Amino acid sequence: MTSNQLMFVLFSVMIIVFSILTVTTRRILRAATYLLLVLISTSGLYFMLNYQFMAAVQLTLYAGGIVVLIIFSILLTSHISQKFEPVGLKKSVFSALAAITGAILSIVTILDYKFSASVEAAKEVDMRLIGRSLLSVEYDGYVLPFEVISILLLAAMIAAIIVAKKGGPSKTKTPNYNKG
Amino acid sequence: MITGVPVQYFLILATLMFFAGIYGFLTRRNLITMLMAVELILNSVNINFMAFNRYLYPHKMEGMFFSLFVIAVAASEAAVAIAIIINIYRRFATINVEDVNEMKY
Repeated sequence: MTSNQLMFVLFSVMIIVFSILTVTTRRILRAATYLLLVLISTSGLYFMLNYQFMAAVQLTLYAGGIVVLIIFSILLTSHISQKFEPVGLKKSVFSALAAITGAILSIVTILDYKFSASVEAAKEVDMRLIGRSLLSVEYDGYVLPFEVISILLLAAMIAAIIVAKKGGPSKTKTPNYNKG
Repeated sequence: MITGVPVQYFLILATLMFFAGIYGFLTRRNLITMLMAVELILNSVNINFMAFNRYLYPHKMEGMFFSLFVIAVAASEAAVAIAIIINIYRRFATINVEDVNEMKY
Protein backbone atom coordinates (compact mmCIF):
# COMPACT_ATOMS: atom_id res chain seq x y z
CA MET A 1 0.00 0.00 0.00
CA THR A 2 1.54 3.27 -1.06
CA SER A 3 1.53 6.38 1.10
CA ASN A 4 -1.10 7.93 -1.20
CA GLN A 5 -3.48 5.07 -0.56
CA LEU A 6 -2.71 5.15 3.14
CA MET A 7 -3.58 8.84 3.36
CA PHE A 8 -6.74 8.32 1.31
CA VAL A 9 -7.87 5.49 3.57
CA LEU A 10 -7.13 7.58 6.65
CA PHE A 11 -9.15 10.54 5.38
CA SER A 12 -12.04 8.39 4.15
CA VAL A 13 -12.31 6.48 7.42
CA MET A 14 -12.28 9.77 9.31
CA ILE A 15 -14.95 11.23 7.02
CA ILE A 16 -17.27 8.22 7.23
CA VAL A 17 -16.93 7.64 10.97
CA PHE A 18 -17.34 11.28 11.89
CA SER A 19 -20.24 11.77 9.44
CA ILE A 20 -22.12 8.96 11.12
CA LEU A 21 -21.23 10.31 14.56
CA THR A 22 -22.43 13.78 13.51
CA VAL A 23 -25.91 12.48 12.81
CA THR A 24 -26.14 10.00 15.67
CA THR A 25 -24.57 11.65 18.69
CA ARG A 26 -26.95 12.87 21.35
CA ARG A 27 -24.98 15.93 22.42
CA ILE A 28 -25.33 18.87 20.07
CA LEU A 29 -21.93 20.45 20.66
CA ARG A 30 -20.24 17.12 19.94
CA ALA A 31 -22.17 16.92 16.69
CA ALA A 32 -20.72 20.30 15.70
CA THR A 33 -17.20 19.13 16.60
CA TYR A 34 -17.58 15.97 14.53
CA LEU A 35 -18.85 18.07 11.64
CA LEU A 36 -15.72 20.20 11.94
CA LEU A 37 -13.53 17.07 11.73
CA VAL A 38 -15.43 15.87 8.65
CA LEU A 39 -14.88 19.20 6.91
CA ILE A 40 -11.17 19.26 7.77
CA SER A 41 -10.70 15.72 6.43
CA THR A 42 -12.50 16.77 3.26
CA SER A 43 -10.04 19.59 2.78
CA GLY A 44 -7.27 17.02 3.19
CA LEU A 45 -8.79 15.11 0.28
CA TYR A 46 -8.78 18.29 -1.79
CA PHE A 47 -5.09 18.74 -1.03
CA MET A 48 -4.49 15.18 -2.20
CA LEU A 49 -6.35 15.93 -5.44
CA ASN A 50 -3.99 18.89 -5.92
CA TYR A 51 -6.62 21.61 -5.61
CA GLN A 52 -4.86 23.82 -3.09
CA PHE A 53 -7.17 26.79 -3.53
CA MET A 54 -10.31 24.74 -2.93
CA ALA A 55 -8.74 23.11 0.11
CA ALA A 56 -7.96 26.56 1.51
CA VAL A 57 -11.51 27.74 0.79
CA GLN A 58 -12.88 24.63 2.46
CA LEU A 59 -10.77 25.23 5.56
CA THR A 60 -11.48 28.94 5.91
CA LEU A 61 -15.09 29.12 4.79
CA TYR A 62 -16.54 25.78 5.86
CA ALA A 63 -14.39 24.71 8.79
CA GLY A 64 -13.75 28.28 9.86
CA GLY A 65 -16.88 30.22 9.05
CA ILE A 66 -19.89 27.95 8.95
CA VAL A 67 -18.88 25.76 11.90
CA VAL A 68 -18.22 28.81 14.06
CA LEU A 69 -21.61 30.20 13.05
CA ILE A 70 -23.26 26.89 13.97
CA ILE A 71 -21.45 26.71 17.31
CA PHE A 72 -22.49 30.27 18.10
CA SER A 73 -26.13 29.49 17.42
CA ILE A 74 -25.86 26.30 19.50
CA LEU A 75 -24.54 28.30 22.43
CA LEU A 76 -27.35 30.83 21.97
CA THR A 77 -30.18 28.32 21.74
CA SER A 78 -29.37 25.15 23.67
CA HIS A 79 -27.98 24.08 26.96
CA ILE A 80 -24.58 22.48 26.46
CA SER A 81 -24.92 19.67 28.96
CA GLN A 82 -28.38 18.74 27.76
CA LYS A 83 -28.78 15.50 25.81
CA PHE A 84 -31.34 14.71 23.14
CA GLU A 85 -33.95 12.10 23.74
CA PRO A 86 -33.05 8.94 21.79
CA VAL A 87 -34.72 8.69 18.41
CA GLY A 88 -37.79 6.49 18.29
CA LEU A 89 -37.09 2.95 17.20
CA LYS A 90 -39.56 2.99 14.32
CA LYS A 91 -38.32 6.27 12.92
CA SER A 92 -34.65 5.35 13.20
CA VAL A 93 -35.20 1.93 11.63
CA PHE A 94 -37.10 3.32 8.67
CA SER A 95 -34.66 6.19 8.14
CA ALA A 96 -31.70 3.81 8.29
CA LEU A 97 -33.49 1.51 5.87
CA ALA A 98 -34.05 4.37 3.41
CA ALA A 99 -30.45 5.56 3.73
CA ILE A 100 -28.90 2.10 3.40
CA THR A 101 -31.11 1.21 0.43
CA GLY A 102 -30.17 4.42 -1.33
CA ALA A 103 -26.49 3.93 -0.58
CA ILE A 104 -26.51 0.36 -1.87
CA LEU A 105 -28.33 1.39 -5.06
CA SER A 106 -25.85 4.21 -5.70
CA ILE A 107 -22.79 2.09 -4.97
CA VAL A 108 -24.01 -0.71 -7.24
CA THR A 109 -24.55 1.83 -10.02
CA ILE A 110 -21.11 3.37 -9.49
CA LEU A 111 -19.36 0.00 -9.54
CA ASP A 112 -21.33 -0.99 -12.62
CA TYR A 113 -20.40 2.05 -14.68
CA LYS A 114 -17.15 2.05 -16.64
CA PHE A 115 -15.46 5.37 -16.07
CA SER A 116 -12.99 6.14 -18.83
CA ALA A 117 -10.02 7.93 -17.33
CA SER A 118 -8.95 10.97 -19.29
CA VAL A 119 -5.75 10.94 -21.33
CA GLU A 120 -5.44 14.72 -21.45
CA ALA A 121 -2.59 16.36 -19.59
CA ALA A 122 -3.67 17.68 -16.20
CA LYS A 123 -3.98 21.43 -15.96
CA GLU A 124 -2.05 23.11 -13.20
CA VAL A 125 -4.67 25.12 -11.31
CA ASP A 126 -2.92 28.06 -9.72
CA MET A 127 -4.29 31.24 -8.19
CA ARG A 128 -3.57 33.36 -11.24
CA LEU A 129 -5.54 31.04 -13.52
CA ILE A 130 -8.48 30.92 -11.08
CA GLY A 131 -8.62 34.70 -10.82
CA ARG A 132 -8.43 35.18 -14.57
CA SER A 133 -11.15 32.57 -15.21
CA LEU A 134 -13.47 34.08 -12.62
CA LEU A 135 -13.35 37.48 -14.33
CA SER A 136 -13.13 36.32 -17.92
CA VAL A 137 -15.92 36.72 -20.45
CA GLU A 138 -14.29 34.32 -22.89
CA TYR A 139 -15.34 30.71 -23.51
CA ASP A 140 -13.82 29.39 -20.27
CA GLY A 141 -14.84 32.40 -18.19
CA TYR A 142 -17.09 32.45 -15.17
CA VAL A 143 -17.96 36.12 -14.83
CA LEU A 144 -21.74 35.60 -14.94
CA PRO A 145 -21.93 33.03 -12.09
CA PHE A 146 -19.43 35.15 -10.20
CA GLU A 147 -21.70 38.18 -10.41
CA VAL A 148 -24.80 36.12 -9.57
CA ILE A 149 -23.12 34.63 -6.52
CA SER A 150 -21.98 38.04 -5.35
CA ILE A 151 -25.57 39.33 -5.53
CA LEU A 152 -26.73 36.19 -3.69
CA LEU A 153 -24.18 36.76 -0.92
CA LEU A 154 -25.22 40.40 -0.58
CA ALA A 155 -28.90 39.42 -0.44
CA ALA A 156 -28.18 36.71 2.13
CA MET A 157 -26.24 39.16 4.27
CA ILE A 158 -29.04 41.72 4.24
CA ALA A 159 -31.64 39.02 4.83
CA ALA A 160 -29.73 37.59 7.79
CA ILE A 161 -29.48 41.03 9.39
CA ILE A 162 -33.17 41.84 8.83
CA VAL A 163 -34.46 38.45 9.97
CA ALA A 164 -32.34 38.26 13.12
CA LYS A 165 -32.89 41.91 14.03
CA LYS A 166 -34.91 42.39 17.17
CA GLY A 167 -38.20 44.00 16.19
CA GLY A 168 -41.23 44.69 18.34
CA PRO A 169 -42.33 42.87 21.47
CA SER A 170 -42.02 39.13 21.06
CA LYS A 171 -44.07 36.71 23.05
CA THR A 172 -41.32 34.91 24.89
CA LYS A 173 -42.15 31.67 26.55
CA THR A 174 -40.12 29.96 29.21
CA PRO A 175 -37.38 27.92 27.59
CA ASN A 176 -38.17 24.25 27.28
CA TYR A 177 -35.11 22.69 25.82
CA ASN A 178 -35.34 21.00 22.51
CA LYS A 179 -35.91 17.32 22.48
CA GLY A 180 -34.18 15.43 19.72
CA MET B 1 -5.09 12.27 -9.82
CA ILE B 2 -3.97 10.02 -7.01
CA THR B 3 -2.05 6.98 -8.20
CA GLY B 4 -3.55 3.76 -6.88
CA VAL B 5 -6.90 5.30 -5.94
CA PRO B 6 -9.56 4.90 -8.64
CA VAL B 7 -12.34 7.43 -9.04
CA GLN B 8 -14.90 4.92 -7.75
CA TYR B 9 -13.43 5.12 -4.24
CA PHE B 10 -14.15 8.83 -4.13
CA LEU B 11 -17.69 8.30 -5.38
CA ILE B 12 -18.38 5.58 -2.81
CA LEU B 13 -17.00 7.78 -0.05
CA ALA B 14 -19.22 10.65 -1.16
CA THR B 15 -22.22 8.32 -1.36
CA LEU B 16 -21.75 7.10 2.20
CA MET B 17 -21.38 10.68 3.45
CA PHE B 18 -24.45 11.78 1.49
CA PHE B 19 -26.66 9.08 2.96
CA ALA B 20 -25.34 9.71 6.45
CA GLY B 21 -26.62 13.24 5.88
CA ILE B 22 -29.96 11.92 4.63
CA TYR B 23 -30.30 9.72 7.73
CA GLY B 24 -29.56 12.69 9.96
CA PHE B 25 -32.05 14.89 8.15
CA LEU B 26 -34.77 12.26 8.58
CA THR B 27 -34.14 11.45 12.25
CA ARG B 28 -33.09 14.75 13.80
CA ARG B 29 -35.73 17.01 15.27
CA ASN B 30 -33.53 19.94 16.20
CA LEU B 31 -33.20 22.66 13.56
CA ILE B 32 -29.46 23.14 14.05
CA THR B 33 -28.66 19.44 13.74
CA MET B 34 -30.81 19.30 10.61
CA LEU B 35 -28.75 22.17 9.22
CA MET B 36 -25.60 20.17 10.00
CA ALA B 37 -27.02 17.20 8.06
CA VAL B 38 -27.63 19.47 5.07
CA GLU B 39 -24.04 20.68 5.27
CA LEU B 40 -22.89 17.05 5.15
CA ILE B 41 -24.97 16.49 2.01
CA LEU B 42 -23.59 19.59 0.28
CA ASN B 43 -20.04 18.65 1.22
CA SER B 44 -20.36 15.13 -0.19
CA VAL B 45 -21.57 16.55 -3.50
CA ASN B 46 -18.51 18.82 -3.56
CA ILE B 47 -16.22 15.80 -3.20
CA ASN B 48 -17.96 14.25 -6.22
CA PHE B 49 -17.45 17.34 -8.35
CA MET B 50 -13.77 17.61 -7.46
CA ALA B 51 -13.08 13.92 -8.11
CA PHE B 52 -14.88 14.03 -11.47
CA ASN B 53 -12.94 17.11 -12.46
CA ARG B 54 -9.55 15.68 -11.51
CA TYR B 55 -10.04 12.18 -12.85
CA LEU B 56 -12.22 12.52 -15.94
CA TYR B 57 -11.62 16.10 -17.15
CA PRO B 58 -8.24 17.19 -15.76
CA HIS B 59 -7.76 19.78 -18.53
CA LYS B 60 -10.87 21.72 -17.48
CA MET B 61 -11.95 23.55 -14.33
CA GLU B 62 -15.75 23.28 -14.34
CA GLY B 63 -15.98 20.95 -11.36
CA MET B 64 -13.75 23.11 -9.22
CA PHE B 65 -15.73 26.25 -9.95
CA PHE B 66 -18.99 24.45 -9.40
CA SER B 67 -17.94 23.36 -5.93
CA LEU B 68 -16.66 26.88 -5.26
CA PHE B 69 -20.14 28.22 -6.01
CA VAL B 70 -21.74 25.43 -3.99
CA ILE B 71 -19.64 26.48 -1.01
CA ALA B 72 -20.74 30.10 -1.47
CA VAL B 73 -24.40 29.05 -1.65
CA ALA B 74 -23.93 26.86 1.44
CA ALA B 75 -22.43 29.76 3.34
CA SER B 76 -25.30 32.13 2.52
CA GLU B 77 -27.81 29.36 3.25
CA ALA B 78 -26.24 28.75 6.67
CA ALA B 79 -26.27 32.47 7.47
CA VAL B 80 -29.96 32.91 6.60
CA ALA B 81 -30.95 29.63 8.25
CA ILE B 82 -29.25 30.56 11.50
CA ALA B 83 -30.89 33.99 11.46
CA ILE B 84 -34.26 32.26 11.07
CA ILE B 85 -33.40 29.75 13.80
CA ILE B 86 -32.49 32.52 16.24
CA ASN B 87 -35.71 34.34 15.41
CA ILE B 88 -37.71 31.15 15.98
CA TYR B 89 -35.96 30.63 19.31
CA ARG B 90 -36.78 34.19 20.34
CA ARG B 91 -40.44 33.70 19.50
CA PHE B 92 -41.08 30.14 20.67
CA ALA B 93 -38.18 29.52 23.11
CA THR B 94 -37.47 26.24 21.36
CA ILE B 95 -35.93 25.11 18.07
CA ASN B 96 -37.55 21.71 18.02
CA VAL B 97 -39.41 21.37 14.72
CA GLU B 98 -42.29 19.52 16.34
CA ASP B 99 -43.00 22.37 18.74
CA VAL B 100 -42.93 25.11 16.11
CA ASN B 101 -46.30 24.55 14.50
CA GLU B 102 -48.19 27.79 14.96
CA MET B 103 -49.06 28.07 11.24
CA LYS B 104 -50.23 24.47 11.03
CA TYR B 105 -53.94 23.90 10.25
